[in-house]
Amino acid sequence: MKRVPTVITGTVGMDAHVIGTKVLSRALQDAGFKVVELGMQVTPEEFISVAQETRADAILMSSLYGMAELDLKGFDEKRKEAGLGDVLLYIGGNLVIGRSDPREVEKKFKALGFDRVYAPETDTEVGIADLKKDLKARGKL
Amino acid sequence: MSDIRLLIDFGSTFTKVVAVDLKKVEVVATASLPSTVDNDITLGLENALKVISDKHGITDPDKKGALACSSAAGGLRMVCTGFVPELTSKAANLAALGAGAKVVGCYSYKLTQQEVKEIESLAPDILLLAGGTDGGDEEVIIHNARMFSGTGQAVANVIIAGNKTTHDEIRGIYKDSRKNVIYTKNVMPEIGVLDVVPCNREIRDLFMKNIIVAKGIARAKAIIKDVIMPTPSAVLEAAKLIAGGCGEDAGFGELVVIDPGGATTDVHSIAKGAPARPDIIMTGLPEPYEKRTVEGDLGLKYNLDRLTELVATRETPTDFSSIVAKFHEGKLPETPEEYACHLMLSCLMVEVAMERHSGKIEVVYTPTGEKLVQHGKDLTGVRSVIGTGGPIIFSKEPRKILEGVLYREENPFILKPKKPRFYLDERYILYAVGLLSQSEPGKALALARKYLKPI
Repeated sequence: MKRVPTVITGTVGMDAHVIGTKVLSRALQDAGFKVVELGMQVTPEEFISVAQETRADAILMSSLYGMAELDLKGFDEKRKEAGLGDVLLYIGGNLVIGRSDPREVEKKFKALGFDRVYAPETDTEVGIADLKKDLKARGKL
Repeated sequence: MSDIRLLIDFGSTFTKVVAVDLKKVEVVATASLPSTVDNDITLGLENALKVISDKHGITDPDKKGALACSSAAGGLRMVCTGFVPELTSKAANLAALGAGAKVVGCYSYKLTQQEVKEIESLAPDILLLAGGTDGGDEEVIIHNARMFSGTGQAVANVIIAGNKTTHDEIRGIYKDSRKNVIYTKNVMPEIGVLDVVPCNREIRDLFMKNIIVAKGIARAKAIIKDVIMPTPSAVLEAAKLIAGGCGEDAGFGELVVIDPGGATTDVHSIAKGAPARPDIIMTGLPEPYEKRTVEGDLGLKYNLDRLTELVATRETPTDFSSIVAKFHEGKLPETPEEYACHLMLSCLMVEVAMERHSGKIEVVYTPTGEKLVQHGKDLTGVRSVIGTGGPIIFSKEPRKILEGVLYREENPFILKPKKPRFYLDERYILYAVGLLSQSEPGKALALARKYLKPI
């Protein structure tokens, strides 16, 4: 029997818009994941140390206030340093201020190390389906 | 058994006995004589009991019923290991301190050969291995357990308090080992959850069953009933009882006990420590309601050098350094100048120890403005502060020393008590209250109420 995949959720940096991550956490639980909910205003370092202790398979971050890029400066380097190179990284929300091309945003965050980047108002089912697919591809589901 | 209870503390230097009349709730006699643990612990004990006996008749059954705590022979020395420093390593550390241990080493991540050698040379009474939440990381604790499987008996007692999923594999690792390996609940079963009580219980149990035997303290059982806990644990038990009350007596409410000594300064806080304002964000591992810290560099006898370093930035009394040099030689204060020096150092110890124990507020500048983030416990609302330990009890100005715990306007981000009432453990009975609280909590609390002197 395979271990139940563990995922971490939370809003990154100083963002306090907690509804999205709560809805997502609930949906993940219903889909059978073990969810470690860190809630709001989680520092990048906390995501890393919690992923280490819980042997997480994926980190799903939310951010609505447009400052995610600033909050996540150096995150990819830090998580690789912490031995978490194979942990899936997803992010979703209003990731940059103002109107911008979603493809540009995706490119920017993929360059920061994220495997998947979601626009605001993406359905939770979409993200969960992607997560299952990605975990299967890694032999973790 | 008569109404007399004998409560004993085997210290590293002194063996102390308090005789309590339970019916009158009264301390009828006390004694303090040199400890003889290096030789035969019962000698010092007999001497102390003789002093009590001369002051107030005690019977053999009284002695047979006596309970003791001990910090003799180095106290309960522990090494803690975990995975991430601010998570499971910290949780392991808090668990050991809460059980009254002296943490002589704290390690994180996978241990190296060199670190294992270091730990062996520290020869702790107990090695506490943590790491991983339940169902979380397994690698680190299994690696660390394996690193000790081939070592000698310098590390003889091991407590496993990490990811429970690893227990079976660790059992396999220690299958042929002579080590005494105990498995207990994870000190951090989930992120943000600290569960130290089961681990505390195992530590105390090991202390009672094995460690006091190995240290020769158990020989006292030829005379008395038992040695049931390390002394700091007895003080913490007393603090819990006094804060939480018993039956009709609601107790003192949230409180702090500060206990400076020759080598270390202990601080116990029994308080929730939640943020005072809703807009303050809590961060880090939640701290236990009953929290103990030990400052290993703050002692009036063995750590004078460190203290004088701390003094460097302050205005000192005249002749400060020459007086401190005399303290180094073991001299006790006699002249007014020496008293002033002694007082200043004691205040400093209390101030710094309280500062480190208390929660702190950090201002974080964010894209959406200033935010306040709290680490640790907010103790500003604590209502009582109890002082114990030689430097306070024997001081001419105990209140002045205790005022070192107070919150300071010029340093508003350190969450120390603002307006507590101060009490002095004048008769040095806190440990006795803690011991007695195990069987007679009501009487123990009444005793504390009677003998803790408001100052």
